[in-house]
Amino acid sequence: MRRAWGLGRFRRRYGASPLHLAGHLVVFAIAAFAIDRIASGAGLAKLIVLYAGLVIAHDLIFLPAYSGLDRAARAALARLPAPQSARVPVINHVRAPALISGLLLIIYAPLISGKADAGYLQASGHHLEGYLRNWLMISVVLFLGSGLIYAVRVRRAVVNARV
Amino acid sequence: MSATKARSRPVPAARPEPSRRPTGPVRSDVWRSPLRGPWLTSFLGVLLVPAITVIALTGFISHWAYHPELAGNATIAPGFDIPVLFQFPQSWPSWDYAATQGTHITLGLMTVPLVLAKLWSVIPKLFKWPTVRNLAGMLERLSLLLLVGSVLVEFLTGIFAIEDYSPLGVNFYPVHYYGAWVFGTVFVLHACLKFPVVRRAYRERGALKPLRAGLRETQPEPPGSSELAPVNPADPTISRRGLLAMVGGASLTIFAVQAGQSIGGPFRRLAPMAPRGREFGTGPNDFQVNHTAASAQITPAMTGARWRVTVVGATSVALSRQRLLAMAQATETLTISCTEGWSTTQRWTGVRLVDLARLVGASPGAILRAVSLETVGVNSQASLAAEQWSDQRALLALRVNGAELSPDHGYPARVIVPGAPGLHNTKWVRELRFEAA
Repeated sequence: MRRAWGLGRFRRRYGASPLHLAGHLVVFAIAAFAIDRIASGAGLAKLIVLYAGLVIAHDLIFLPAYSGLDRAARAALARLPAPQSARVPVINHVRAPALISGLLLIIYAPLISGKADAGYLQASGHHLEGYLRNWLMISVVLFLGSGLIYAVRVRRAVVNARV
Repeated sequence: MSATKARSRPVPAARPEPSRRPTGPVRSDVWRSPLRGPWLTSFLGVLLVPAITVIALTGFISHWAYHPELAGNATIAPGFDIPVLFQFPQSWPSWDYAATQGTHITLGLMTVPLVLAKLWSVIPKLFKWPTVRNLAGMLERLSLLLLVGSVLVEFLTGIFAIEDYSPLGVNFYPVHYYGAWVFGTVFVLHACLKFPVVRRAYRERGALKPLRAGLRETQPEPPGSSELAPVNPADPTISRRGLLAMVGGASLTIFAVQAGQSIGGPFRRLAPMAPRGREFGTGPNDFQVNHTAASAQITPAMTGARWRVTVVGATSVALSRQRLLAMAQATETLTISCTEGWSTTQRWTGVRLVDLARLVGASPGAILRAVSLETVGVNSQASLAAEQWSDQRALLALRVNGAELSPDHGYPARVIVPGAPGLHNTKWVRELRFEAA
Protein backbone atom coordinates (compact mmCIF):
# COMPACT_ATOMS: atom_id res chain seq x y z
CA MET A 1 0.00 0.00 0.00
CA ARG A 2 2.71 2.37 1.08
CA ARG A 3 4.66 1.64 -2.09
CA ALA A 4 1.62 2.19 -4.28
CA TRP A 5 1.01 5.52 -2.59
CA GLY A 6 4.63 6.57 -3.26
CA LEU A 7 4.31 5.55 -6.88
CA GLY A 8 1.09 7.53 -7.17
CA ARG A 9 2.78 10.63 -5.83
CA PHE A 10 5.69 10.15 -8.23
CA ARG A 11 3.27 9.81 -11.14
CA ARG A 12 1.39 12.95 -10.13
CA ARG A 13 4.53 15.02 -9.75
CA TYR A 14 6.52 13.68 -12.70
CA GLY A 15 3.63 12.90 -15.01
CA ALA A 16 4.49 9.30 -15.89
CA SER A 17 5.94 6.10 -14.45
CA PRO A 18 9.51 5.86 -13.08
CA LEU A 19 10.29 3.60 -16.04
CA HIS A 20 9.47 6.51 -18.34
CA LEU A 21 12.03 8.65 -16.51
CA ALA A 22 14.65 5.89 -16.47
CA GLY A 23 14.22 5.22 -20.19
CA HIS A 24 14.64 8.89 -21.02
CA LEU A 25 17.71 9.27 -18.83
CA VAL A 26 19.42 6.26 -20.45
CA VAL A 27 18.57 7.47 -23.95
CA PHE A 28 19.71 11.02 -23.23
CA ALA A 29 22.99 9.75 -21.81
CA ILE A 30 23.70 7.73 -24.97
CA ALA A 31 22.55 10.58 -27.19
CA ALA A 32 24.71 13.09 -25.29
CA PHE A 33 27.76 10.87 -25.78
CA ALA A 34 27.02 10.43 -29.49
CA ILE A 35 26.35 14.13 -30.01
CA ASP A 36 29.60 14.97 -28.22
CA ARG A 37 31.44 12.61 -30.59
CA ILE A 38 29.89 14.24 -33.67
CA ALA A 39 30.56 17.70 -32.27
CA SER A 40 34.24 16.86 -31.66
CA GLY A 41 34.63 16.11 -35.37
CA ALA A 42 32.19 18.39 -37.11
CA GLY A 43 32.03 21.21 -34.55
CA LEU A 44 29.08 22.02 -32.34
CA ALA A 45 27.90 24.95 -34.46
CA LYS A 46 27.58 22.84 -37.60
CA LEU A 47 25.88 20.11 -35.62
CA ILE A 48 23.25 22.47 -34.22
CA VAL A 49 22.71 24.00 -37.64
CA LEU A 50 22.30 20.51 -39.10
CA TYR A 51 19.87 19.13 -36.52
CA ALA A 52 17.85 22.24 -35.73
CA GLY A 53 17.99 23.46 -39.32
CA LEU A 54 16.55 20.22 -40.65
CA VAL A 55 13.75 20.11 -38.07
CA ILE A 56 12.82 23.71 -38.84
CA ALA A 57 13.16 23.14 -42.59
CA HIS A 58 10.88 20.12 -42.46
CA ASP A 59 8.28 21.16 -39.88
CA LEU A 60 7.99 24.87 -40.60
CA ILE A 61 8.82 25.11 -44.31
CA PHE A 62 8.58 21.84 -46.21
CA LEU A 63 5.41 20.41 -44.64
CA PRO A 64 3.45 23.70 -44.75
CA ALA A 65 4.68 24.22 -48.33
CA TYR A 66 3.39 20.90 -49.66
CA SER A 67 0.19 21.22 -47.64
CA GLY A 68 -0.28 24.65 -49.24
CA LEU A 69 0.39 23.24 -52.70
CA ASP A 70 -2.16 20.52 -52.06
CA ARG A 71 -4.74 23.12 -50.95
CA ALA A 72 -4.03 25.24 -54.01
CA ALA A 73 -4.38 22.24 -56.31
CA ARG A 74 -7.70 21.29 -54.75
CA ALA A 75 -8.99 24.86 -55.00
CA ALA A 76 -7.93 25.06 -58.64
CA LEU A 77 -9.58 21.74 -59.48
CA ALA A 78 -12.77 22.76 -57.64
CA ARG A 79 -13.03 25.81 -59.91
CA LEU A 80 -13.00 23.65 -63.05
CA PRO A 81 -16.46 23.07 -64.56
CA ALA A 82 -17.74 19.79 -63.15
CA PRO A 83 -18.14 17.29 -65.99
CA GLN A 84 -20.15 14.10 -66.02
CA SER A 85 -17.08 12.53 -64.47
CA ALA A 86 -17.53 14.55 -61.28
CA ARG A 87 -18.15 11.36 -59.34
CA VAL A 88 -14.58 10.31 -60.00
CA PRO A 89 -12.44 12.79 -58.05
CA VAL A 90 -9.53 13.99 -60.14
CA ILE A 91 -7.41 15.28 -57.25
CA ASN A 92 -5.75 11.98 -56.37
CA HIS A 93 -4.78 11.43 -59.99
CA VAL A 94 -2.78 14.64 -59.66
CA ARG A 95 -1.57 14.00 -56.11
CA ALA A 96 -0.11 10.55 -56.70
CA PRO A 97 2.18 11.36 -59.65
CA ALA A 98 3.06 14.75 -58.15
CA LEU A 99 4.01 13.14 -54.84
CA ILE A 100 6.20 10.48 -56.44
CA SER A 101 7.79 12.88 -58.90
CA GLY A 102 8.40 15.39 -56.08
CA LEU A 103 10.00 12.73 -53.88
CA LEU A 104 12.34 11.69 -56.69
CA LEU A 105 13.23 15.35 -57.17
CA ILE A 106 14.10 15.72 -53.48
CA ILE A 107 16.07 12.48 -53.19
CA TYR A 108 18.03 12.96 -56.40
CA ALA A 109 18.26 16.77 -56.30
CA PRO A 110 22.10 16.85 -56.25
CA LEU A 111 22.16 14.71 -59.41
CA ILE A 112 19.23 16.37 -61.20
CA SER A 113 20.47 19.91 -60.52
CA GLY A 114 24.07 19.02 -61.34
CA LYS A 115 25.20 20.32 -57.92
CA ALA A 116 27.07 17.07 -57.24
CA ASP A 117 29.04 17.27 -60.49
CA ALA A 118 32.47 18.04 -58.97
CA GLY A 119 32.33 15.17 -56.47
CA TYR A 120 30.78 12.84 -59.04
CA LEU A 121 33.58 13.54 -61.55
CA GLN A 122 36.26 12.83 -58.93
CA ALA A 123 34.57 9.60 -57.97
CA SER A 124 33.34 8.16 -61.25
CA GLY A 125 35.47 9.90 -63.88
CA HIS A 126 32.34 11.15 -65.64
CA HIS A 127 30.21 14.27 -65.53
CA LEU A 128 26.61 14.11 -64.34
CA GLU A 129 24.50 13.64 -67.39
CA GLY A 130 20.95 12.69 -68.15
CA TYR A 131 19.51 12.81 -64.62
CA LEU A 132 17.31 15.85 -65.34
CA ARG A 133 16.12 14.21 -68.55
CA ASN A 134 15.45 10.88 -66.81
CA TRP A 135 13.54 12.56 -64.00
CA LEU A 136 11.41 14.53 -66.45
CA MET A 137 10.69 11.39 -68.47
CA ILE A 138 9.73 9.40 -65.36
CA SER A 139 7.49 12.28 -64.26
CA VAL A 140 5.80 12.43 -67.67
CA VAL A 141 5.20 8.66 -67.55
CA LEU A 142 3.77 8.92 -64.01
CA PHE A 143 1.37 11.73 -64.95
CA LEU A 144 0.35 10.05 -68.21
CA GLY A 145 -0.20 6.73 -66.43
CA SER A 146 -2.27 8.40 -63.74
CA GLY A 147 -4.26 10.26 -66.40
CA LEU A 148 -4.88 7.03 -68.26
CA ILE A 149 -6.22 5.37 -65.10
CA TYR A 150 -8.43 8.42 -64.55
CA ALA A 151 -9.79 8.17 -68.09
CA VAL A 152 -10.61 4.49 -67.60
CA ARG A 153 -12.35 5.22 -64.29
CA VAL A 154 -14.39 8.05 -65.83
CA ARG A 155 -15.42 5.85 -68.74
CA ARG A 156 -16.46 3.10 -66.39
CA ALA A 157 -18.48 5.61 -64.31
CA VAL A 158 -20.22 6.90 -67.43
CA VAL A 159 -21.05 3.37 -68.62
CA ASN A 160 -22.34 2.43 -65.16
CA ALA A 161 -24.46 5.61 -65.05
CA ARG A 162 -26.13 4.63 -68.38
CA VAL A 163 -26.90 1.14 -67.07
CA MET B 1 -2.95 16.18 -47.09
CA SER B 2 -5.50 18.74 -45.98
CA ALA B 3 -4.13 20.85 -43.18
CA THR B 4 -6.52 23.61 -44.11
CA LYS B 5 -6.28 26.70 -42.01
CA ALA B 6 -9.80 27.83 -41.29
CA ARG B 7 -9.21 31.25 -39.80
CA SER B 8 -12.78 32.41 -40.32
CA ARG B 9 -14.26 29.27 -38.81
CA PRO B 10 -15.55 29.79 -35.26
CA VAL B 11 -14.16 27.58 -32.53
CA PRO B 12 -16.89 25.14 -31.42
CA ALA B 13 -18.54 26.67 -28.37
CA ALA B 14 -18.52 23.43 -26.40
CA ARG B 15 -14.74 23.30 -26.21
CA PRO B 16 -13.23 24.65 -22.98
CA GLU B 17 -11.06 27.65 -23.75
CA PRO B 18 -7.56 27.77 -22.30
CA SER B 19 -6.76 30.91 -20.33
CA ARG B 20 -4.36 32.22 -22.97
CA ARG B 21 -6.10 31.37 -26.20
CA PRO B 22 -3.54 30.11 -28.72
CA THR B 23 -3.52 31.36 -32.25
CA GLY B 24 -2.14 30.14 -35.57
CA PRO B 25 -0.95 26.54 -35.95
CA VAL B 26 -1.16 25.84 -32.22
CA ARG B 27 -4.94 26.14 -32.46
CA SER B 28 -6.11 22.57 -32.26
CA ASP B 29 -8.71 23.06 -35.01
CA VAL B 30 -6.18 24.09 -37.63
CA TRP B 31 -5.11 20.55 -38.56
CA ARG B 32 -8.14 19.27 -40.38
CA SER B 33 -7.17 16.19 -42.36
CA PRO B 34 -9.76 13.50 -41.53
CA LEU B 35 -7.12 10.80 -42.02
CA ARG B 36 -4.93 11.83 -39.10
CA GLY B 37 -5.40 9.95 -35.86
CA PRO B 38 -3.78 7.34 -33.63
CA TRP B 39 -4.65 4.48 -36.00
CA LEU B 40 -2.93 6.01 -39.05
CA THR B 41 0.15 7.03 -37.07
CA SER B 42 0.27 3.58 -35.44
CA PHE B 43 0.03 1.84 -38.80
CA LEU B 44 2.84 3.95 -40.28
CA GLY B 45 4.92 3.43 -37.14
CA VAL B 46 4.45 -0.34 -37.26
CA LEU B 47 5.64 -0.33 -40.89
CA LEU B 48 8.68 1.73 -39.89
CA VAL B 49 9.85 -0.68 -37.19
CA PRO B 50 11.03 -3.51 -39.50
CA ALA B 51 12.33 -1.04 -42.10
CA ILE B 52 14.41 0.90 -39.58
CA THR B 53 15.60 -2.34 -37.96
CA VAL B 54 16.93 -3.72 -41.26
CA ILE B 55 18.50 -0.37 -42.21
CA ALA B 56 20.19 -0.11 -38.80
CA LEU B 57 21.46 -3.72 -38.82
CA THR B 58 22.86 -3.48 -42.35
CA GLY B 59 24.44 -0.16 -41.39
CA PHE B 60 26.24 -1.68 -38.40
CA ILE B 61 27.22 -4.71 -40.50
CA SER B 62 28.84 -2.31 -42.96
CA HIS B 63 30.64 -0.52 -40.14
CA TRP B 64 32.04 -3.84 -38.89
CA ALA B 65 32.83 -5.08 -42.41
CA TYR B 66 35.53 -2.38 -42.45
CA HIS B 67 37.35 -4.43 -39.77
CA PRO B 68 37.67 -1.29 -37.64
CA GLU B 69 39.72 -3.25 -35.10
CA LEU B 70 42.68 -3.40 -37.55
CA ALA B 71 45.25 -0.62 -37.86
CA GLY B 72 44.15 2.29 -40.02
CA ASN B 73 40.72 0.87 -40.89
CA ALA B 74 38.57 2.66 -38.35
CA THR B 75 36.38 5.36 -39.85
CA ILE B 76 35.71 6.86 -36.42
CA ALA B 77 37.99 7.15 -33.39
CA PRO B 78 38.26 3.50 -32.23
CA GLY B 79 38.48 4.38 -28.54
CA PHE B 80 34.89 5.58 -28.65
CA ASP B 81 33.24 2.63 -30.34
CA ILE B 82 31.42 -0.51 -29.25
CA PRO B 83 33.02 -3.92 -29.92
CA VAL B 84 32.63 -5.59 -33.31
CA LEU B 85 29.68 -7.99 -33.03
CA PHE B 86 29.54 -9.51 -36.50
CA GLN B 87 31.84 -10.02 -39.46
CA PHE B 88 31.25 -11.90 -42.69
CA PRO B 89 32.69 -15.43 -42.66
CA GLN B 90 34.93 -15.99 -45.70
CA SER B 91 32.81 -19.05 -46.53
CA TRP B 92 30.01 -16.73 -47.62
CA PRO B 93 29.71 -15.70 -51.31
CA SER B 94 31.82 -12.75 -52.43
CA TRP B 95 28.67 -10.64 -52.87
CA ASP B 96 27.65 -10.82 -49.19
CA TYR B 97 28.66 -7.22 -48.49
CA ALA B 98 27.09 -6.13 -51.80
CA ALA B 99 23.80 -7.64 -50.63
CA THR B 100 23.75 -6.06 -47.17
CA GLN B 101 24.98 -2.67 -48.32
CA GLY B 102 22.68 -2.67 -51.36
CA THR B 103 19.85 -3.37 -48.91
CA HIS B 104 20.99 -0.56 -46.61
CA ILE B 105 20.98 2.01 -49.40
CA THR B 106 17.96 0.83 -51.38
CA LEU B 107 15.70 0.18 -48.39
CA GLY B 108 16.90 3.45 -46.87
CA LEU B 109 15.76 5.40 -49.92
CA MET B 110 12.50 3.42 -50.09
CA THR B 111 11.77 4.40 -46.48
CA VAL B 112 11.92 8.15 -47.22
CA PRO B 113 8.22 8.31 -48.24
CA LEU B 114 7.23 6.37 -45.13
CA VAL B 115 9.21 8.67 -42.83
CA LEU B 116 7.70 11.78 -44.44
CA ALA B 117 4.19 10.32 -44.17
CA LYS B 118 4.81 9.49 -40.50
CA LEU B 119 6.00 13.04 -39.82
CA TRP B 120 2.98 14.43 -41.67
CA SER B 121 0.66 12.30 -39.55
CA VAL B 122 2.04 13.66 -36.25
CA ILE B 123 2.51 17.33 -37.16
CA PRO B 124 -0.35 18.50 -34.84
CA LYS B 125 1.77 17.23 -31.92
CA LEU B 126 4.47 19.75 -32.72
CA PHE B 127 2.01 22.57 -32.21
CA LYS B 128 0.25 20.99 -29.23
CA TRP B 129 -1.00 23.55 -26.71
CA PRO B 130 -0.14 23.87 -23.87
CA THR B 131 3.35 22.78 -24.85
CA VAL B 132 4.32 20.89 -21.68
CA ARG B 133 2.36 20.06 -18.58
CA ASN B 134 5.03 18.35 -16.48
CA LEU B 135 8.58 17.04 -16.46
CA ALA B 136 7.59 13.81 -18.23
CA GLY B 137 6.05 15.81 -21.05
CA MET B 138 9.14 17.99 -21.30
CA LEU B 139 11.49 15.01 -21.53
CA GLU B 140 9.26 13.41 -24.13
CA ARG B 141 9.25 16.60 -26.21
CA LEU B 142 13.02 16.77 -26.06
CA SER B 143 13.31 13.13 -27.13
CA LEU B 144 10.92 13.74 -30.04
CA LEU B 145 13.01 16.71 -31.16
CA LEU B 146 16.06 14.42 -31.16
CA LEU B 147 14.08 11.72 -32.97
CA VAL B 148 12.96 14.02 -35.79
CA GLY B 149 16.31 15.81 -36.01
CA SER B 150 18.32 12.60 -36.13
CA VAL B 151 16.10 10.82 -38.65
CA LEU B 152 16.39 13.80 -41.00
CA VAL B 153 20.17 13.98 -40.47
CA GLU B 154 20.60 10.24 -41.13
CA PHE B 155 18.61 10.34 -44.36
CA LEU B 156 20.14 13.60 -45.63
CA THR B 157 23.76 12.62 -44.93
CA GLY B 158 23.17 9.16 -46.42
CA ILE B 159 21.56 10.51 -49.56
CA PHE B 160 24.26 13.13 -50.08
CA ALA B 161 26.99 10.52 -49.56
CA ILE B 162 25.71 8.10 -52.20
CA GLU B 163 25.49 11.00 -54.66
CA ASP B 164 29.09 12.14 -54.02
CA TYR B 165 27.73 15.47 -52.82
CA SER B 166 29.33 17.05 -49.75
CA PRO B 167 28.11 20.62 -49.33
CA LEU B 168 28.15 20.45 -45.54
CA GLY B 169 31.91 20.08 -45.28
CA VAL B 170 31.64 17.47 -42.54
CA ASN B 171 33.21 14.01 -42.37
CA PHE B 172 30.42 11.65 -43.37
CA TYR B 173 31.33 8.68 -41.15
CA PRO B 174 31.08 10.14 -37.61
CA VAL B 175 28.02 12.25 -38.41
CA HIS B 176 26.16 9.30 -39.96
CA TYR B 177 27.44 6.69 -37.49
CA TYR B 178 26.86 8.57 -34.25
CA GLY B 179 23.70 10.04 -35.73
CA ALA B 180 22.53 6.42 -35.95
CA TRP B 181 23.27 6.04 -32.23
CA VAL B 182 21.09 9.04 -31.45
CA PHE B 183 18.33 7.98 -33.81
CA GLY B 184 18.47 4.29 -32.88
CA THR B 185 18.23 4.77 -29.13
CA VAL B 186 15.50 7.42 -29.30
CA PHE B 187 13.63 5.27 -31.83
CA VAL B 188 13.67 2.27 -29.48
CA LEU B 189 12.44 4.43 -26.59
CA HIS B 190 9.72 5.94 -28.75
CA ALA B 191 8.56 2.52 -29.98
CA CYS B 192 8.38 1.23 -26.38
CA LEU B 193 6.47 4.29 -25.14
CA LYS B 194 4.02 4.21 -28.03
CA PHE B 195 3.40 0.47 -27.94
CA PRO B 196 0.29 0.89 -25.71
CA VAL B 197 -1.02 3.59 -28.07
CA VAL B 198 -0.62 1.24 -31.03
CA ARG B 199 -2.27 -1.59 -29.15
CA ARG B 200 -5.23 0.59 -28.18
CA ALA B 201 -5.63 1.97 -31.69
CA TYR B 202 -5.54 -1.51 -33.20
CA ARG B 203 -7.97 -2.85 -30.60
CA GLU B 204 -10.43 -0.02 -31.05
CA ARG B 205 -10.29 0.29 -34.80
CA GLY B 206 -8.89 -3.05 -35.96
CA ALA B 207 -5.34 -3.52 -37.19
CA LEU B 208 -6.32 -3.59 -40.85
CA LYS B 209 -10.01 -2.72 -40.82
CA PRO B 210 -9.62 0.99 -41.67
CA LEU B 211 -7.90 -0.13 -44.89
CA ARG B 212 -11.16 -1.64 -46.12
CA ALA B 213 -12.87 1.75 -46.23
CA GLY B 214 -13.04 3.40 -49.64
CA LEU B 215 -13.31 7.17 -49.99
CA ARG B 216 -17.04 7.24 -49.26
CA GLU B 217 -16.70 5.13 -46.11
CA THR B 218 -13.67 7.03 -44.78
CA GLN B 219 -14.50 8.44 -41.34
CA PRO B 220 -12.31 10.60 -39.10
CA GLU B 221 -11.10 9.03 -35.87
CA PRO B 222 -12.99 10.33 -32.81
CA PRO B 223 -11.48 13.70 -31.80
CA GLY B 224 -11.27 12.87 -28.09
CA SER B 225 -9.01 9.86 -28.73
CA SER B 226 -5.76 11.77 -29.17
CA GLU B 227 -4.28 15.11 -30.20
CA LEU B 228 -3.68 13.54 -33.58
CA ALA B 229 -7.35 13.20 -34.51
CA PRO B 230 -8.76 16.49 -35.84
CA VAL B 231 -11.37 18.28 -33.69
CA ASN B 232 -12.72 19.89 -36.82
CA PRO B 233 -12.21 17.38 -39.65
CA ALA B 234 -12.56 18.35 -43.29
CA ASP B 235 -14.37 16.11 -45.77
CA PRO B 236 -12.04 13.33 -46.91
CA THR B 237 -10.53 13.66 -50.38
CA ILE B 238 -8.63 10.38 -50.19
CA SER B 239 -9.07 7.16 -48.24
CA ARG B 240 -6.48 5.87 -45.78
CA ARG B 241 -5.65 3.01 -48.12
CA GLY B 242 -5.31 5.57 -50.91
CA LEU B 243 -2.74 7.49 -48.87
CA LEU B 244 -0.87 4.29 -48.03
CA ALA B 245 -1.00 3.22 -51.68
CA MET B 246 0.64 6.52 -52.65
CA VAL B 247 3.36 5.99 -50.04
CA GLY B 248 3.89 2.40 -51.20
CA GLY B 249 3.83 3.47 -54.84
CA ALA B 250 6.53 6.02 -54.10
CA SER B 251 8.66 3.35 -52.37
CA LEU B 252 8.25 0.95 -55.28
CA THR B 253 9.11 3.68 -57.80
CA ILE B 254 12.28 4.47 -55.85
CA PHE B 255 13.15 0.75 -55.88
CA ALA B 256 12.58 0.61 -59.64
CA VAL B 257 14.77 3.60 -60.47
CA GLN B 258 17.51 2.79 -57.93
CA ALA B 259 18.01 -0.91 -57.16
CA GLY B 260 19.73 -1.81 -60.47
CA GLN B 261 23.02 -0.27 -59.36
CA SER B 262 23.20 -2.67 -56.43
CA ILE B 263 22.12 -5.78 -58.36
CA GLY B 264 24.49 -4.94 -61.21
CA GLY B 265 24.79 -6.69 -64.56
CA PRO B 266 22.01 -5.90 -67.05
CA PHE B 267 19.89 -4.38 -64.27
CA ARG B 268 22.27 -1.43 -63.96
CA ARG B 269 20.88 0.09 -67.14
CA LEU B 270 17.36 -0.20 -65.72
CA ALA B 271 18.10 2.19 -62.85
CA PRO B 272 17.64 5.59 -64.47
CA MET B 273 18.05 7.66 -61.27
CA ALA B 274 20.69 5.61 -59.42
CA PRO B 275 23.94 7.56 -59.01
CA ARG B 276 25.84 4.62 -60.51
CA GLY B 277 23.04 3.28 -62.65
CA ARG B 278 24.83 3.47 -65.96
CA GLU B 279 27.49 1.90 -68.11
CA PHE B 280 30.00 3.95 -69.97
CA GLY B 281 30.92 1.39 -72.64
CA THR B 282 31.39 -2.29 -73.31
CA GLY B 283 35.18 -2.52 -72.90
CA PRO B 284 36.80 -4.74 -70.24
CA ASN B 285 37.52 -1.72 -68.01
CA ASP B 286 34.27 0.19 -68.57
CA PHE B 287 32.73 -0.56 -65.17
CA GLN B 288 32.27 1.83 -62.26
CA VAL B 289 35.07 3.17 -60.08
CA ASN B 290 34.81 4.83 -56.67
CA HIS B 291 37.64 7.28 -57.28
CA THR B 292 39.73 7.97 -60.36
CA ALA B 293 43.50 7.94 -60.88
CA ALA B 294 43.30 11.68 -61.51
CA SER B 295 41.54 12.37 -58.22
CA ALA B 296 44.10 10.17 -56.41
CA GLN B 297 46.90 12.11 -58.14
CA ILE B 298 48.40 9.00 -59.70
CA THR B 299 50.66 9.95 -62.62
CA PRO B 300 52.01 7.67 -65.42
CA ALA B 301 55.53 8.21 -64.06
CA MET B 302 54.52 6.62 -60.74
CA THR B 303 53.12 3.51 -62.43
CA GLY B 304 55.70 3.12 -65.24
CA ALA B 305 58.59 0.67 -65.71
CA ARG B 306 60.19 1.70 -62.40
CA TRP B 307 57.12 0.71 -60.37
CA ARG B 308 57.69 -2.09 -57.85
CA VAL B 309 55.50 -3.60 -55.20
CA THR B 310 57.40 -4.24 -51.98
CA VAL B 311 56.17 -7.37 -50.21
CA VAL B 312 57.25 -7.59 -46.59
CA GLY B 313 57.00 -10.60 -44.27
CA ALA B 314 59.84 -12.48 -42.57
CA THR B 315 61.81 -11.41 -45.63
CA SER B 316 61.17 -8.65 -48.07
CA VAL B 317 61.10 -8.53 -51.85
CA ALA B 318 60.43 -5.85 -54.47
CA LEU B 319 58.53 -7.23 -57.44
CA SER B 320 58.19 -5.64 -60.86
CA ARG B 321 55.08 -6.17 -62.94
CA GLN B 322 57.01 -8.64 -65.14
CA ARG B 323 57.97 -10.67 -62.07
CA LEU B 324 54.36 -10.70 -60.89
CA LEU B 325 53.12 -11.79 -64.32
CA ALA B 326 55.71 -14.59 -64.32
CA MET B 327 54.25 -16.00 -61.08
CA ALA B 328 51.32 -18.45 -61.06
CA GLN B 329 48.24 -16.55 -62.23
CA ALA B 330 44.75 -17.13 -60.90
CA THR B 331 41.41 -15.88 -62.23
CA GLU B 332 38.47 -15.22 -59.93
CA THR B 333 35.02 -13.70 -60.43
CA LEU B 334 34.65 -11.25 -57.57
CA THR B 335 32.33 -8.41 -56.65
CA ILE B 336 33.42 -4.90 -55.81
CA SER B 337 30.77 -3.45 -53.55
CA CYS B 338 30.99 0.19 -52.65
CA THR B 339 29.77 1.56 -49.33
CA GLU B 340 27.71 3.91 -51.51
CA GLY B 341 25.55 0.89 -52.36
CA TRP B 342 26.54 0.08 -55.94
CA SER B 343 28.37 -3.05 -56.92
CA THR B 344 29.95 -4.65 -59.96
CA THR B 345 31.12 -8.22 -60.55
CA GLN B 346 34.14 -8.79 -62.82
CA ARG B 347 36.71 -11.45 -63.74
CA TRP B 348 40.05 -10.61 -62.15
CA THR B 349 43.42 -12.20 -62.92
CA GLY B 350 46.57 -11.91 -60.83
CA VAL B 351 48.69 -13.47 -58.11
CA ARG B 352 47.01 -15.07 -55.11
CA LEU B 353 47.76 -13.19 -51.89
CA VAL B 354 48.54 -16.53 -50.19
CA ASP B 355 51.30 -17.13 -52.77
CA LEU B 356 52.82 -13.72 -52.00
CA ALA B 357 52.60 -14.49 -48.27
CA ARG B 358 54.44 -17.77 -48.83
CA LEU B 359 57.08 -15.97 -50.92
CA VAL B 360 58.08 -13.74 -47.98
CA GLY B 361 57.44 -16.29 -45.22
CA ALA B 362 54.56 -14.40 -43.64
CA SER B 363 53.09 -15.95 -40.51
CA PRO B 364 49.59 -17.41 -41.05
CA GLY B 365 47.90 -15.14 -38.52
CA ALA B 366 49.44 -11.95 -39.88
CA ILE B 367 47.49 -8.86 -40.82
CA LEU B 368 48.08 -7.62 -44.34
CA ARG B 369 48.47 -3.89 -44.70
CA ALA B 370 48.11 -2.83 -48.35
CA VAL B 371 49.55 0.60 -49.05
CA SER B 372 48.70 2.62 -52.16
CA LEU B 373 50.67 5.12 -54.20
CA GLU B 374 47.82 7.40 -53.22
CA THR B 375 49.05 9.26 -50.17
CA VAL B 376 46.04 10.83 -48.47
CA GLY B 377 42.56 9.77 -47.45
CA VAL B 378 40.67 6.61 -46.64
CA ASN B 379 41.79 4.90 -49.84
CA SER B 380 45.54 5.31 -49.24
CA GLN B 381 45.81 2.05 -47.27
CA ALA B 382 43.77 -0.78 -45.81
CA SER B 383 44.43 -3.60 -43.37
CA LEU B 384 43.08 -7.06 -44.18
CA ALA B 385 42.49 -9.72 -41.52
CA ALA B 386 44.28 -13.08 -41.82
CA GLU B 387 41.09 -14.83 -42.92
CA GLN B 388 40.61 -12.22 -45.66
CA TRP B 389 44.04 -12.46 -47.34
CA SER B 390 44.34 -16.21 -46.80
CA ASP B 391 41.06 -16.72 -48.70
CA GLN B 392 42.07 -18.64 -51.85
CA ARG B 393 40.10 -16.17 -53.98
CA ALA B 394 41.95 -13.08 -52.74
CA LEU B 395 44.25 -11.62 -55.40
CA LEU B 396 46.76 -8.98 -56.19
CA ALA B 397 45.03 -8.37 -59.53
CA LEU B 398 47.00 -7.33 -62.62
CA ARG B 399 44.31 -7.83 -65.26
CA VAL B 400 40.53 -7.65 -65.46
CA ASN B 401 38.25 -9.35 -68.01
CA GLY B 402 41.32 -10.45 -69.97
CA ALA B 403 42.77 -6.94 -70.35
CA GLU B 404 45.34 -4.85 -68.47
CA LEU B 405 43.88 -2.94 -65.55
CA SER B 406 43.10 0.61 -66.61
CA PRO B 407 44.64 3.47 -64.59
CA ASP B 408 41.28 4.16 -62.91
CA HIS B 409 40.99 0.51 -61.85
CA GLY B 410 44.38 0.50 -60.16
CA TYR B 411 47.10 -0.24 -62.77
CA PRO B 412 49.74 -1.63 -62.24
CA ALA B 413 48.20 -3.80 -59.49
CA ARG B 414 45.34 -3.77 -57.04
CA VAL B 415 44.06 -5.89 -54.20
CA ILE B 416 40.75 -7.68 -54.70
CA VAL B 417 39.26 -9.69 -51.83
CA PRO B 418 35.81 -11.25 -51.56
CA GLY B 419 33.21 -9.70 -49.31
CA ALA B 420 35.00 -6.53 -48.20
CA PRO B 421 33.80 -2.96 -48.62
CA GLY B 422 35.00 -1.77 -52.05
CA LEU B 423 37.53 0.72 -50.71
CA HIS B 424 39.51 -2.09 -49.05
CA ASN B 425 40.42 -3.36 -52.51
CA THR B 426 43.40 -1.01 -52.49
CA LYS B 427 44.37 0.34 -55.92
CA TRP B 428 47.84 1.34 -57.23
CA VAL B 429 49.47 -0.88 -54.58
CA ARG B 430 53.07 -0.02 -53.72
CA GLU B 431 53.51 -2.13 -50.58
CA LEU B 432 52.05 -5.31 -49.10
CA ARG B 433 53.17 -5.65 -45.50
CA PHE B 434 52.33 -8.83 -43.55
CA GLU B 435 52.46 -7.69 -39.93
CA ALA B 436 52.15 -9.72 -36.74
CA ALA B 437 48.64 -9.41 -35.36
